Amino acid sequence: MTTGLGAVTYCGFCGKERAEGDHTACASRLGVIDPPRFCAQCARRMVVQVTPAGWTATCSRHGEIASAR
Amino acid sequence: MTAAPEQVDVLGVAREQVLEQGVGLSEEQVLEVLRLPDERIPELLELAHAVRMRWCGPEVEVEGIVSLKTGGCPEDCHFCSQSGQFPSPVRSAWLDIPGLVKAARQTAATGATEFCIVAAVRGPDKRLLSQVRDGIKAIREDGNDIQIACSLGMLTQEQVDELVEMGVHRYNHNLETARSHFPNVVTTHSWEERWDTLKMIRAAGMEVCCGGIIGMGETLEQRAEFAVQLAELEPDEVPLNFLIPNPGTPYENYPVVEGPEALRTVGAFRLALPRTILRFAGGRELTFGDLGAKQGMLGGVNAIIVGNYLTNLGRPAQQDLDMLTELSMPIKELSKTL
Ligand code: SF4
Ligand SMILES: [Zn+2]
Ligand SMILES: [Zn+2]
Repeated sequence: MTTGLGAVTYCGFCGKERAEGDHTACASRLGVIDPPRFCAQCARRMVVQVTPAGWTATCSRHGEIASAR
Repeated sequence: MTAAPEQVDVLGVAREQVLEQGVGLSEEQVLEVLRLPDERIPELLELAHAVRMRWCGPEVEVEGIVSLKTGGCPEDCHFCSQSGQFPSPVRSAWLDIPGLVKAARQTAATGATEFCIVAAVRGPDKRLLSQVRDGIKAIREDGNDIQIACSLGMLTQEQVDELVEMGVHRYNHNLETARSHFPNVVTTHSWEERWDTLKMIRAAGMEVCCGGIIGMGETLEQRAEFAVQLAELEPDEVPLNFLIPNPGTPYENYPVVEGPEALRTVGAFRLALPRTILRFAGGRELTFGDLGAKQGMLGGVNAIIVGNYLTNLGRPAQQDLDMLTELSMPIKELSKTL
C-alpha cells in the first residue's frame, strides 16, 4: 500500500489522529479487509473504488493513492 | 410395553436422505445440525463434502465481482456500509467503462468463469442500465467471453427482460436472512419484494443467485429457517457471507462469527441444498483465516469469489487459486458452463 508523500497524521481506517488513542483494531483491518477511507494527511473521507485486483482512494485535496497490487 | 423412542442421529439420517437420495434436510433437521457439538464438526464436514462431490462434482466455480456504483444507496440494510442512511465512511463512486473492462479482464485472467457487476441501489434506473449495457458491450469488444452476472437490486418485468436481452446469464439478489428476521435487518423494503424479483428472474430464464449473511443477530432457528427458505427457491447459486461489522453501520459492534460456528453453518447449508452452487463470499477472511477456508472447501463449498469484494478487500486471487491446486479441485471451465 502506498501512503503518498505527505505526513501520515490520521488513521486511514477511523480517520482519527494516529498519535491519539489505540489503532490496533484499525491496523488489523486496514490493508487486510479494508482499503483506507480517510486521507492520512487531512482526514477527509476519500472516494474509494475497489476492483477485483486493487483499489484507488482519492482525497479532494491531496489526490489519489492506490494499492500496490 | 412400548420401547423408548430411539435417538436418531441427524448425520446418520442425512447420509441416507441427502447423500444417497439427494433430498435436502428439513428445517428441523438443519436446526439439529446447527446444534451439533464441536467434536462432530469434522464428521459433518466430511458428509457435506461427500454430498457436494456426489451431487455437484469436484469442480469449483470461480467468480470475480466489481462495484459499478458504490455507496449512497437509499435503502437501510443494517449490515451495509453502502447505505446512505448511516454515517459510514464509504462515499459514492462510479466505475467508468474502461475500469469495468479492466476489472473483467483481471477476473478472466484468474480462470474465473463468472463476472458479477454490482450496484448499490434499490433498483436500477435508466442511467444504470445503459451503463451496464455499454459495459457488457465493451467487455465483449475486449475479446472477453466470461459469463456476466448482475446484481442491481429489485427489478421490474421490463428490466428483467432488458437484462436477458443484454445476455446477462445470472442475477444475484440476496434474501439476506430468514423471512422472520428480515424486518429487523431492513425496513425500507420487504423480504417478499425481494422474493418477487427472484421469481421474475427465474421465469425469464436467468440463473438465480440468492444467498445472505450469517451473523446478523439471527437465532439458530432462524438460520435453519433461512436455509430451507432458500431451498424452496431452488437457486442455482447460494453465496454465503459472514458479517463484516463495518464502521458506521448499526451492526458495527456485532461480533464476528466464530470459525466452528461458521463451519457448522456451511455444512448445514450444504445438507439443505445438495445440488446448489454454494459459494464462499464476503467475510470468510475475518471469520476463518486461511485454515478455515480450506476446511470450508472440504466441507461442502464448491465456489468462491476471488480477489476483492465491493467495498472490502479479499485475499489475493492467487492465494485462493493455489489453495484449489493444493486441494486438487479443478476450476470449472467456461466451455462446461455454457
Ligand atoms: S440495497 Fe444493497 S446497497 Fe442498498 S443498503 Fe441494501 S445491501 Fe446495501
Ligand atoms: Zn484508527
Ligand atoms: Zn487529504
